[in-house]
Amino acid sequence: MMKVTDMRTGYNRKEVVKGISFTVGQGSFTCIIGANGCGKTTALKGMLGLLPLFGGSVSVDGVDFVSAGSGAISAKERAKVLAYIPQTHSIPFPFLVSDVVLLGRTPHLKSSVSGVSEADMEAAYGALEQMRITSIAGEEYTALSGGQQQLVLIARALAQEPRILVMDEPTASLDFGNQQMVLERMRDLTDRGMAVVMVTHDPRHALACADEVIVMDDGVIVMRGSPDEIVTTEALGSIYGAQVCVSAVRLESGEDVRVVIPLSGRSASRGNSGRAVRQPKEN
Amino acid sequence: MALSFLLGSYFAWPSQVMNDVMEHFGGGTLSDPKLDAALFNIRIPRIITVVLVGMALSVAGASYQGMFKNPLVSPDILGASAGASFGACLALLMNLGNAFIQLFAFVFGLIAVGLVMLINRAVRGDALLGLILGGILVGTLFSSGTSIIKLVADADDKLPAITFWLMGSFAGAQSDDVPLLLIPMAIGFALVLWQSWNLNVMSFGEDEARSLGLNTSLTRALVILGATLLTASSIAVAGVIGWIGLVVPHLTRAIVGPNYTILLPTTMLTGAIFLLIVDNFARLVYSVEIPIGLLTSILGVPFFIFIYRRNLRGW
Repeated sequence: MMKVTDMRTGYNRKEVVKGISFTVGQGSFTCIIGANGCGKTTALKGMLGLLPLFGGSVSVDGVDFVSAGSGAISAKERAKVLAYIPQTHSIPFPFLVSDVVLLGRTPHLKSSVSGVSEADMEAAYGALEQMRITSIAGEEYTALSGGQQQLVLIARALAQEPRILVMDEPTASLDFGNQQMVLERMRDLTDRGMAVVMVTHDPRHALACADEVIVMDDGVIVMRGSPDEIVTTEALGSIYGAQVCVSAVRLESGEDVRVVIPLSGRSASRGNSGRAVRQPKEN
Repeated sequence: MALSFLLGSYFAWPSQVMNDVMEHFGGGTLSDPKLDAALFNIRIPRIITVVLVGMALSVAGASYQGMFKNPLVSPDILGASAGASFGACLALLMNLGNAFIQLFAFVFGLIAVGLVMLINRAVRGDALLGLILGGILVGTLFSSGTSIIKLVADADDKLPAITFWLMGSFAGAQSDDVPLLLIPMAIGFALVLWQSWNLNVMSFGEDEARSLGLNTSLTRALVILGATLLTASSIAVAGVIGWIGLVVPHLTRAIVGPNYTILLPTTMLTGAIFLLIVDNFARLVYSVEIPIGLLTSILGVPFFIFIYRRNLRGW
């Protein structure tokens, strides 16, 4: 579906992403992980056409979407296929949730003065329904919690009726409950055939949701594979330089899942193996 | 607006005004030539000018606030005000007539914003930051130029004229000004209103706007061109009138919300009404007309604090 071929991009002629290639299939969930400054967000911006490419291309079903030379499709046409969900952010004005979601129809409007049609309203309402947030449609976006704001941004992206969602650390500023809620809704979308590419700083999200994990370091892809292959004690130690333990846990349902246990900074009474050591009782 | 027709040094009742208007357009003998002269030579041109300037400065301020994602921005952020002031002061120094004062103010307002655009292109990097920095630089440059003109101007004759002009006033509004004002303003209004949906998108930042398929450079250029035409022509005809472009968009936003497709047309209405009320005060409060720029500043500060308190959750 989407093919990134030898993509090179960066800021002010400085190459940050140094030739990466990967493919994203329909209905797949791809996570890009890596240490801070490895080029994850830059790669994402290159894919979206927000940064100029120094080389390579991004194509969807064989059509050039972003390329170093001319011939790529217009930003408006691109926005009908690729939608971007940023981190939660502050905006200066209290737009209504329904207005924010309607903005997702921008690439579909005939002109900026034509206004929204009945079809646009239906698409926006459908996106709100899909995210299960119709009840807050009349509320001010700025008054919502971080998790709700993120769901609104996802709904706005859905109103674009894209085939691929590109997300930049969408759970970065969310509490644990909101992180789970957002990831769950994202997984629902891939189950319905939408492709998701998500940059995350948390490998646990890759374990929870991803079909494929891409590891970046210094602007190149250094590892790529299934979450079970990539999210391992050794790999996480080498990527982040952190002491972690990736271990299998059996749920009550009988399902085996893998969990990441951070070990760095734990008290001296606990060994590096990750097993708790019982303190001798003091008299 | 109706009150503005009645009030003035020559007070008239509504029936007198109606009579005079019918006589004026009916072609018959005028029963009160003094009232007719006051209405058609002074009040009507002045009211039209005040309405246009109120609408223009409010729309320019509202559009810049969305484009810069900053509720504290006003129409003079890109130096249009400083440039226009310099142009007018230069014309006053050169003893040129009223038409040239307006022309100089308008042209130098455009030149100032043009310079900001050039600086922004030369610097590269964050487009909005470049524009703001360019605005500060060019604004400082033209403000210094204005200070030099004041320094060399004749203290008995030209300096008071320059000082009075810089305080803003509609006292000199003439019927000849209206057609001249209409052309740049019509273009300015059309450009900014055309971009109202796009200003909603721009309020979410550059990356998000572009990911929604918006040509942000084109939108920015059209908004700047429109807002500059509106600001420069307003200053050219009325001098520097501060606070309208900052306060009125906030007042309107508190009433109709931030959606630009509704906000911009509404802010035109509130801007016109607000400035008409202030202008009526300027004309009537004291025996000598108070410069309107002073009044808008004095009224603007408490008004802004009031709106700020009401909008603490968001602008």
